[in-house]
Amino acid sequence: MSTTATAARSGWAHFSHDADIGVIGAGATKAEAFRQAALALTAVVTDPGRVRLVEPVRVSCEAQNDELLLVEWLDAVIYEMAVRSMLFGDFSVAIEGGHLRATAYGEAVDVDRHEPAVEIKGATLTALQVVHDAEGWRAQCVVDV
Amino acid sequence: MELSSLVRKSDYEWWIPQTGAMRVPGVIYGTGALVRDMDEKVREQVTNVAMLPGIQRASYAMPDAHWGYGFAIGGVAAFDPQEGGIVSAGGVGFDISCGVRTLRTGLTADSIEPVKRDLAHQLSRSVPAGMGRRGRIHLDEGEIDAMLQGGARWAVDRGYGLAPDLDRIEEHGCMAGAIAAVVSAKARRRQQDEMGTLGSGNHYLEVQRVAEIHDAAVARAFGLEAGQIVVSIHCGSRGLGHQIGTEFLKEMAMAAPAFGITLPDRELACAPVESEIGRRYLGAMRAGINCALANRQIITHLVREAFATVLPQAALTLLYDVSHNTCKLESHVCNGTAKQVFLHRKGATRALGPGHADLPDGLRAIGQPVLIGGTMGTASYILVGTAESERLSFSSSCHGAGRAMSRHQALRTWQGRQVIDELAARGIIVRSPSTRGVAEEAPGAYKDVTAVVDAADAAGLSRKVAKLVPLVCIKG
Repeated sequence: MSTTATAARSGWAHFSHDADIGVIGAGATKAEAFRQAALALTAVVTDPGRVRLVEPVRVSCEAQNDELLLVEWLDAVIYEMAVRSMLFGDFSVAIEGGHLRATAYGEAVDVDRHEPAVEIKGATLTALQVVHDAEGWRAQCVVDV
Repeated sequence: MELSSLVRKSDYEWWIPQTGAMRVPGVIYGTGALVRDMDEKVREQVTNVAMLPGIQRASYAMPDAHWGYGFAIGGVAAFDPQEGGIVSAGGVGFDISCGVRTLRTGLTADSIEPVKRDLAHQLSRSVPAGMGRRGRIHLDEGEIDAMLQGGARWAVDRGYGLAPDLDRIEEHGCMAGAIAAVVSAKARRRQQDEMGTLGSGNHYLEVQRVAEIHDAAVARAFGLEAGQIVVSIHCGSRGLGHQIGTEFLKEMAMAAPAFGITLPDRELACAPVESEIGRRYLGAMRAGINCALANRQIITHLVREAFATVLPQAALTLLYDVSHNTCKLESHVCNGTAKQVFLHRKGATRALGPGHADLPDGLRAIGQPVLIGGTMGTASYILVGTAESERLSFSSSCHGAGRAMSRHQALRTWQGRQVIDELAARGIIVRSPSTRGVAEEAPGAYKDVTAVVDAADAAGLSRKVAKLVPLVCIKG
């Protein structure tokens, strides 16, 4: 069973986990990798391209290290999806030290148009990695669905 | 998993010998074929759990075990607080008290067939399923507190269901020791509009036909006969439980070093039972159990309403409600001594044998119904707890088929519409807001539930009573 996957230098991808699914984001900056990871999160539920960017929602979180910050970030997006019944099709993300500030852009769930496949329960510490190498930044973990 | 890395104790019991930092051995139940098909990660996770402080007897995995978070799904482990034992958010999971409830209807298959389509329609209208579907009930802060303390009893008090239901629910419908005050504002907010909702993923509501009886005497005692119609509900504590799991997983992962606990894997996030965070988690997790019990109780009420519109002669009575993601204080014999242990069942069903004091009068002489969910295209099973499962697995059994294929792979293999049409041709009506969700949950994405149940039966974890096949399936 693979616990890593390749995403393009900038982009998102999913990777397999027995019962759940892994999200992976990559980019030239840590903030871009986190943005892409959040798009991968939306793609667990629906095609991000189907989501209209009509309503901005501000999100902020903090953590002691990059990996826990990724979990906090994805959990914050999952929480906003749940309590607002919204899906997000894009994000602007800024990271400074252990603090993340972001705006998520999206709309209320439209069951007919979005056909949401599954709810996401939370981000896990499984296959959790935030790495920086010659190719750029990569951020990934498994999310429980 | 390489069988050569295990010690075969019988055709259905495989041991991981105690080595290195392991405090107890690992024990995996299943046929050679089932164990061979398990991911190597299961062996690793069973081994890691065996290293945790205060663990008793063994770190167990049920025949449907698969790769989880820290603990394998299908994992069972007991910890003694007197020996520094721990409680683990990862050992319970995100969907606290996810479980199955089965209702008898008093109907036979021939009475359902002419109205099956109407019934499917009414059920899908009555029971919100899938993302973006909210419940009819909105809870204010006071009612959330009452629900978190009262569980299914709260629901019955509010008119959702019948008082006799309560005796047929684990903990008689209300988990003691819940502390609503430690449930966060975020967890509460996630639940405000989710009472009486099914959720998504592998959760379902099914109308099923009793297709086979394997133990006539126990089936009779359970009120089951071949050809009868039952309804099964599989879901859990919804957003509230997910948020509690999310918050404590992170908090415990960060707190573990301060307790001197060296985690072989940070996903094993845990804390001593006798610690502030341990006690706080137990209070919140028990409130999560009550949320799940209340949720399944409300859904039961909605199902009864739907049946009343289509089949007014139906009398839906509760056979049993049992969870498979919990941590409970239970009395078990460990090294010849009766101990109070914190028993984690993560994707494992409690399976009390005959005579157990916690069973209600009508079931005590027989044993607990063990409700095993399958897939929308295969079967589910009702088993009964055995006396020997206390010794074998702390009175625990499997919980379902377990996935054989990732969601990703399933999506590449099937089209949701095709799955729905194929099942319809076999007389199974599937109602779901998402064809992609149906593809991800295609029957072929799961292991053979019959093989899992047969292994649980042969190993003595529980005994087969009845096989159920789906007629109507409402999926999120």
